[in-house]
Amino acid sequence: MIDRIEQLRGEAESEISSASTSEALEELRVRYLGRKAELPQMLREVASLPPEQRGAVGKAANQARQALEALIAGRSQGLAGEELEQRLQADRIDVTLPGAPPQPVGRLHVLTATRRELEDIFLGLGFTVMEGPEVETVHYNFDALNHSLTHPARARTDTFYVSAEAVLRTHTSPMQVRAMEAHPPPLYVAIPGRVYRPDSDATHTPQFHQIEGLAVDEDITLADLKGTLLEFARAVFGEERDVRLRPHFFPFTEPSVEVDVSCFNCGGQGFLKDGARCYLCKGEGWLEVLGAGEVDPNVYAHVPTTEANAPGYDPEKIQGFAWGLGVERIAMLKHGIPDLRLYYENDLRFLEQF
Amino acid sequence: MRVPLPWLREYCDPDLDVGAIEERLTMTGTKVEAIHHHGVASTEGFVVGRVLEAVQHPDADRLRVCTVDLGGDEGPAHPATIVCGAPNVAAGQTVAVARPGAVMPDGTKLRKAKLRGVASEGMILSESELEIGSGGEGILVLDTPSGGTGERMLDAAPSGGTPHRGGQAGELAPGTPLAEILPISMEVIELEITPNRPDCLGVYGVARELHAATGAPLALAPWSDDPGSAGELAGAEVSVECPDLCPRFTARVFENVTIAPSPPWLKARLVAAGQRTINNVVDITNYAMLLSGQPLHAFDLDRVAGARLTVRRAREGERVETLDGQTRTLDSEMVVIEDGSGPTSIAGVMGGARSEVQQDTTRVLMEVATWNGPNIHRTSWALGLRSEASGRFEKGLQPEQCIHAQAIATQLMIELCGARVAAGTIDVGAPPPVLQEIGLREARVRAILGVEVPLERQAEILAALDFATSPAEGGLSVTVPALRREDVTREIDLIEEVARIDGLERLPATLPARRGAAGRLTHAQRVRRRAEDTMVGRGLHEIVGWSFTEPGLLDRLRLPSEHEMRKVVSIENPLSDGQSIMRPTLLGSLMDAARHNVARNGPDVAIFESGTVYRAADEGPLADEHHALGVLLSGAMAPRSWRGAPAQADFFAAKALLGALLEHFHLDWSVQPQSWPFLHPGRSAVVLANTTGATGAARAPGGEDSQEVVLGFLGEVHPLVAAEWDLERTAAFAIDLGKLAAAARPLVSFEAFGSFPSLRQDLAVTLPVSVSAEEALARVREQAGSELADVEVFDVYTGEQVGKGRRSLALALTFRSLQATLTDEDIAPVRERIVAALGEIGGELRG
Repeated sequence: MIDRIEQLRGEAESEISSASTSEALEELRVRYLGRKAELPQMLREVASLPPEQRGAVGKAANQARQALEALIAGRSQGLAGEELEQRLQADRIDVTLPGAPPQPVGRLHVLTATRRELEDIFLGLGFTVMEGPEVETVHYNFDALNHSLTHPARARTDTFYVSAEAVLRTHTSPMQVRAMEAHPPPLYVAIPGRVYRPDSDATHTPQFHQIEGLAVDEDITLADLKGTLLEFARAVFGEERDVRLRPHFFPFTEPSVEVDVSCFNCGGQGFLKDGARCYLCKGEGWLEVLGAGEVDPNVYAHVPTTEANAPGYDPEKIQGFAWGLGVERIAMLKHGIPDLRLYYENDLRFLEQF
Repeated sequence: MRVPLPWLREYCDPDLDVGAIEERLTMTGTKVEAIHHHGVASTEGFVVGRVLEAVQHPDADRLRVCTVDLGGDEGPAHPATIVCGAPNVAAGQTVAVARPGAVMPDGTKLRKAKLRGVASEGMILSESELEIGSGGEGILVLDTPSGGTGERMLDAAPSGGTPHRGGQAGELAPGTPLAEILPISMEVIELEITPNRPDCLGVYGVARELHAATGAPLALAPWSDDPGSAGELAGAEVSVECPDLCPRFTARVFENVTIAPSPPWLKARLVAAGQRTINNVVDITNYAMLLSGQPLHAFDLDRVAGARLTVRRAREGERVETLDGQTRTLDSEMVVIEDGSGPTSIAGVMGGARSEVQQDTTRVLMEVATWNGPNIHRTSWALGLRSEASGRFEKGLQPEQCIHAQAIATQLMIELCGARVAAGTIDVGAPPPVLQEIGLREARVRAILGVEVPLERQAEILAALDFATSPAEGGLSVTVPALRREDVTREIDLIEEVARIDGLERLPATLPARRGAAGRLTHAQRVRRRAEDTMVGRGLHEIVGWSFTEPGLLDRLRLPSEHEMRKVVSIENPLSDGQSIMRPTLLGSLMDAARHNVARNGPDVAIFESGTVYRAADEGPLADEHHALGVLLSGAMAPRSWRGAPAQADFFAAKALLGALLEHFHLDWSVQPQSWPFLHPGRSAVVLANTTGATGAARAPGGEDSQEVVLGFLGEVHPLVAAEWDLERTAAFAIDLGKLAAAARPLVSFEAFGSFPSLRQDLAVTLPVSVSAEEALARVREQAGSELADVEVFDVYTGEQVGKGRRSLALALTFRSLQATLTDEDIAPVRERIVAALGEIGGELRG
């Protein structure tokens, strides 16, 4: 009996080891360990053996069965792994084919992207974003901003009129007074928006976009303007940038300045590594980016004190700065866009680039 | 304004090169736009020559062959042969010659050349060729007539980089470098003068700025020495009938005037400054203007009828012929100067031909007047006639400047025209306003600038700018000079003067205190950004269109005459008809962009715009403006794929995008069929938002406190409208982002969903096609109760199986309970109620 057991075990072990498929392995399991197989049969018959044989035969048969079960389980796992590997190999695809279905990629217009970038910088500096009407009264667009009645900007050659008392705003500055009418000091606002002037060529479009800034408190100085715009310039054009203020004239700021940023193309040198004159700043080393200044006291005089903005804006008690920058110009400088008209043509070959 | 650098250095000559001067002027507020090199770049090869002989060219009528002594090796023994085309060349003349190798102002390099067979070794030059005059065709003759060169020319360039030697013109030796006797090379700085600084429209005004900016000494004003006199003047009369428009009118009379060309030094400066040269009298008026900023006008006194000038308002419709030969029609707000025969000029704008100085003029009446700036501005714009004079007057000149210009002109009339100035000056007008005194607080300077400027430095700066200062409590008392009285009227204006000269470079860069400043976007601004981002995330490109459009857009959109969208904002002075109204919808600019791209980049377009649209308001000067989001889809919704064709743009493609947008904001929204003139009548809808209800689909809209708001439209563009833009099938929607923001809750509160799984069931029902999906869904929601979490239509079928006039809708229902795991048995009664309710509107359950 024991010999037979050992023989069966030997045959089975050899066949199981060489089984090449899960199906073949299952067949062997049935043949050697199934209900009708010889080994289990022997185990069932142990009880009928003479008592002196029972122990040895039972033990041998049990050991054989356990060994075969373990062998089958191990072989089964190995075969399953091999078969999975084969199946996965057969499932190989060309990973370089395009994804499907295609997911078209959209883009924000570069003017929107730039405007948001600038808004975010000023938000970070503590400015609230505020907007206002594009059809604006002559009062807010000119009168309240200290433009004399004969100021050339009021001419119909320089401003679009929709009636005797209303214009398409020529700048975002009218919101300075509107913002001060609506809120008491201290006031920190950035005002993005579309503005209009009757000019049309490669460097002028009749509509364009500005971001106005206004900061009014008890003690806001021209040096504070410089610091604020330095932060802005570095955020937009790089940490290495510097700014310089040049005296200028605007009716609604005093002192008024134009603000230049050191050229990021040539590092403010005016010339490139190969010695050629920098094409971006034209050898100046500086790029003009915006106009600014301390708010003219006459502008505060146009802000009536009401419940909404009490204690109001007394130029002996409060002071502050304002700036106006062109979004198109910033985007042009940053991205090397050569012609303003590209912004409004909306050619997808342009839109896809940003 | 163009300022020749040698001229500027005559009055203020800092020991600085032109680059440093540019930097100082720019950084103190007089921006240098450009530095031009006027005349020749190199003086090499330009010499004095003497014409020994001039004979007719054998083969050319207009050319002469000259033998020219150029000194040195090419002296009388070996003179050069030069072919010359000028009619006035003659033996014996002393002339300016460019030798081969010399580079002309226009960049041409001269070479030896054969002209009609005769070798020419150089070129005899005219004033124009040297850019030192604008004389006719003739060559420049250096020794005749009188005043050709002289002491004055040599004296007048004391430090302008033009080396010279003494000696009389007639003794000029051949071979002398031309640059020693003529200003043939000069740097010119071009300045941007801001409109508040008309005092800088003269060379001396700029010199004062340079003085303040560099500390270099400032020469005495060129008008300090006035050979003329005040008092009664005999021989001419002036009356001013409109003193409001002519605050001051002055005139002097000059006799024994000899009209001749101006000397080269004067011509060279005028040409370098951008003026033409005419004759000595006219050139003197221009020279005095460029130096003082104040325009002058010279009349031939013998051509002034009655020797009497009257300044008056023009009569309505009065016609005047101006110097340029044109006849102008005036109105009563314009001012004319007339003599006994009628108007001779438009005051402050342009003179008339009749009393112009001519070759035979011997008596000159020099007029220098102050005109009302705004009035001149109006006149010149109304006539479309802008002149050097009007451009200056309109900025507002001061009455004191009249005598400045008179003094300079008097010096030169005597010196250059041999004239005798008659005693007295006609001077009509009120005395100039008194000079204003302003207090300047030291503490205020620091408060505004954020940096200390010592009081002594403040006083020094102001003095350099011609302000008188005296100590006062806490600061200075400052008297504003006449030429600055319009610009400087308040303490803050003085602070600006101090700041700009002291140097804005010195300002530290500090940040404001920012008390209470917390930068943030409003809810509406955040909604707008997220709406745009949602569209970008779905693969759409943002466009930025024009706010302007053409009135024809309204017709192309098929808007009937009384349509609400025809209440547009019109521009009174548009650049063109095509840009004469403000857009009432984004659809036009979207269609414009679509057409542009279809024509260039193929038929598939998926774009959106986020921008303002405008309607005329019922009252008030402003417009009704709102910020809208518009989407336009045409062609395929995605690129072609190897895995199947993409969907084409249609109503449902647009609706799906709209749904993605609105549900992003948890909006309870719906659409209802509604026709719009520009949309396909069977495929158009109004988009509604329920502004008060909550967001769950299980809650029925139309509850008691709910309110429906129209957000915008959705549909396929009417084929006739699309055809106007050469577009095929196009779908679009546009919504009011302000209303969307109002409807979108700024704060979303958590809603418990329990811990039990949802139960999903499908229901297929056939219904008459007249029953909309929305009606069917509304019935389901009414009956389902609070356990219905969601219901969607996921399939639609029409065909023979469901019968004519009917269609099958497959509904996906999701049930959920907070208390338990729902089973089919739990839901069975609900399902029965739903089926029954659908039965009431003709619904039958399918297999």
